[in-house]
Amino acid sequence: MIELVDPLRSGDRRALARLLTAVENERSGIDVALAELYPHTGHGWVIGLTGAPGTGKSSLVTELAKAYRKQGETVAILAVDPTSPFTGGAILGDRIRMRDLSGDKGVFIRSMATRGSLGGLARATRDAIRVLDAAGFDRILVETVGAGQSEVDIVRAAYTTVVIEAPGLGDDVQAIKAGILEIADVLVVNKADRPGVDSAVKALRTMLELGHPASREQLVTHHGKLVQSESLQPQHSQDIWIPPVVRTVATEGQGIDELLAAIEDHRHFLAEADRMKRLEAQHIQMELVDRVRDALVKQLFAGLPTSALDDIVRQVQSRAIDPQTAVNHLLAFRPVDVAK
Amino acid sequence: MTASGIRVLIAKPGLDGHDRGAKVIARALRDAGMEVIYTGLRQTPEMISEAALQEDVDIVGLSILSGAHMALVPRIRQEMDANGLNEVSIIVGGIIPDDDIQSLQEMGVAAVFGPGTSTEEIVTRINELMGARQA
Repeated sequence: MIELVDPLRSGDRRALARLLTAVENERSGIDVALAELYPHTGHGWVIGLTGAPGTGKSSLVTELAKAYRKQGETVAILAVDPTSPFTGGAILGDRIRMRDLSGDKGVFIRSMATRGSLGGLARATRDAIRVLDAAGFDRILVETVGAGQSEVDIVRAAYTTVVIEAPGLGDDVQAIKAGILEIADVLVVNKADRPGVDSAVKALRTMLELGHPASREQLVTHHGKLVQSESLQPQHSQDIWIPPVVRTVATEGQGIDELLAAIEDHRHFLAEADRMKRLEAQHIQMELVDRVRDALVKQLFAGLPTSALDDIVRQVQSRAIDPQTAVNHLLAFRPVDVAK
Repeated sequence: MTASGIRVLIAKPGLDGHDRGAKVIARALRDAGMEVIYTGLRQTPEMISEAALQEDVDIVGLSILSGAHMALVPRIRQEMDANGLNEVSIIVGGIIPDDDIQSLQEMGVAAVFGPGTSTEEIVTRINELMGARQA
């Protein structure tokens, strides 16, 4: 994999595509390549876009990409779609709506299946974003269906998160239930030419007036369950970013300028008062916790003979020990125990 | 290798606007555990080749009902070769006269599937192609 690093840095699209595959498949040697690429990351602005199916995410991403291209910026799109839990296969259809972008060498589109591996998706996405970043793209748009925790996790790798709604998808309680509003830096009501747009916008505004729980960085901390002594109450009102609500009709290109401006505003907000530095530090901390957790679990089970695991399962099943005691046994397990 | 991780691009080159067949195949391949990138209608050879490159697919499946296969397929193969995708197999489905099948195979098409082909047959052939590449 390491041999792909130099071609990637000099703009070889094939090398880029193959590195992305290596990231997805956790191919051997990818760690070394990623380590080599890491110093070249931190340049691209990562924008996460999420929303329920049918809200028009792909169309909106296409319009955003076109607008950035007009400004002379290069764009990478990472379109994440669910893997079927039954067959492990996936149909990745986002390119259908991105037809307008083909033929432009300043755009690179990659479809990615979630592959359902626990925690693996967040990691693969973060690494894929890094590969695209190191390839030098100015804007990295990560699109995902906002339907579960793993999707929300993906979005947390972004600097600016756009949550997309559409009229007629349910009342405001749905929006609250979905739990993705809390992660929004910018809210979009797409399909704004449809009936019900005013009530959708009003519902979102009301939600925001009820109090956006806290500023973004504190939310990240909160959801990442990293205990910090920082008060959740912001000291000054100007410390809080209130997500703007933007109306768009993606298929007509309407409202795209406003969306672009809202994303830029958020970028400027983060640029002030070290906010970006703090956000990035929190991203890194979350990622390290995730990775250490994965590594420890892997390490523990790698050293554990299946017979030992079967034995503990039997003990729990026969009510001899409870699950938490079993966990303590597992954590205390040393390979020598088997030899005895 | 198992089906998981096999990436297939399904594209409709040319002008015919009937993609039910392509969608049926896309679904069958997904059910066989493959990742299918579906690009939609009216794709040019350049678009197909570029999508195959970006998505780093193992197989490109073309659905052609318009009768223009003898013109389109060689251009797609050329574009793909120019992109360094020599190892990526092309399979073709659609309405292809028997006389053309051999010519297509000579152009480097790995398999041609006419009407009535079972989806199992296509899955099997793709697995064979992948197996041959692994060896």
